[in-house]
Amino acid sequence: MSLSIKFRRMLLIPISGTVATALASLAFGYQAGLIPASRLINPDEMVKILQSAKGEKPLMIQVGSHVLYTQAHIPGSEYIGPASSESGLQALRKRVESLPRNKFIVLYCGCCPWGHCPNVKPADDALRSLGFTNMKILYIAGNFGVDWVDKGYPVSKGD
Amino acid sequence: MAGVYFTTRHHGARAGETITAIGDHSLAPDFSLPDLTGHKLDLSSYRGKVVLLDFWATWCDPCREEISYFVELQNMYRDQGLQIIGVSMDDGPEPVREFYQHFKMNYPVVMGDARTGVLYGGVLGLPIAFLIGRDGRISSKHAGAMDISSLDREIKAQLQVQ
Repeated sequence: MSLSIKFRRMLLIPISGTVATALASLAFGYQAGLIPASRLINPDEMVKILQSAKGEKPLMIQVGSHVLYTQAHIPGSEYIGPASSESGLQALRKRVESLPRNKFIVLYCGCCPWGHCPNVKPADDALRSLGFTNMKILYIAGNFGVDWVDKGYPVSKGD
Repeated sequence: MAGVYFTTRHHGARAGETITAIGDHSLAPDFSLPDLTGHKLDLSSYRGKVVLLDFWATWCDPCREEISYFVELQNMYRDQGLQIIGVSMDDGPEPVREFYQHFKMNYPVVMGDARTGVLYGGVLGLPIAFLIGRDGRISSKHAGAMDISSLDREIKAQLQVQ
């Protein structure tokens, strides 16, 4: 049997309820593409804010993988954990619970292509449900390596 | 140990995928990482096999989509010398163990770390996979979701090299 036929057949294999639920949530509930453009900030705009001597500096929170954060992250940003997990969301809520609701906050991940990122949408939802009004999501089209590190934007490594 | 350097870019990749040939066929950086049972897996122990080294995570949608294909590839080409090795970039092994069972994965998965990511040129987005020849040298890097048919041709070509 050819590989292509086998692969086509594999697409018809039923998957378990748990995994199907997880995949459905990824497909419909957690897509970063559902975040309105008005709440996004582009990397070049973010860099200007970070390098400007004026204006309020945001609290930057990375809501993705620790292994990726340790390799490279935006200087001054905090690792909080993947917001696609309940533990990550809890850590995020705890981190911001005492902050004024008009605090400037920027969330970012960059684990995957934007439309596939499972982390930024739930993080955005969580902060909005807590009443935060001055927040942005860093729009990373491909991944943090391509759209931030490779462009020569400022990077820190380690914990 | 030297890291990995990438040169020529291939055409014909799947949308969003970047395939990069390794100009000087760099030796794949060795690592010793724990598998899902805690035992160490050494990449160098697979010298003589064609290795597909897949950096992935359970929460990465495109990564998850590829796993079923990789299971099939492992079944099809095991006897000819293909060994797929998954390197999970999850923060802990628990979700990986659950995923491994659900998807009936048939190849070893180790827990990756930042050091290994840096050795491979920086794993700062997922998925990323490296095809490694029997001589232990990297033949190509695939960043983003892969065109499986193209990968299949590459694997066949590498398996024919003795």
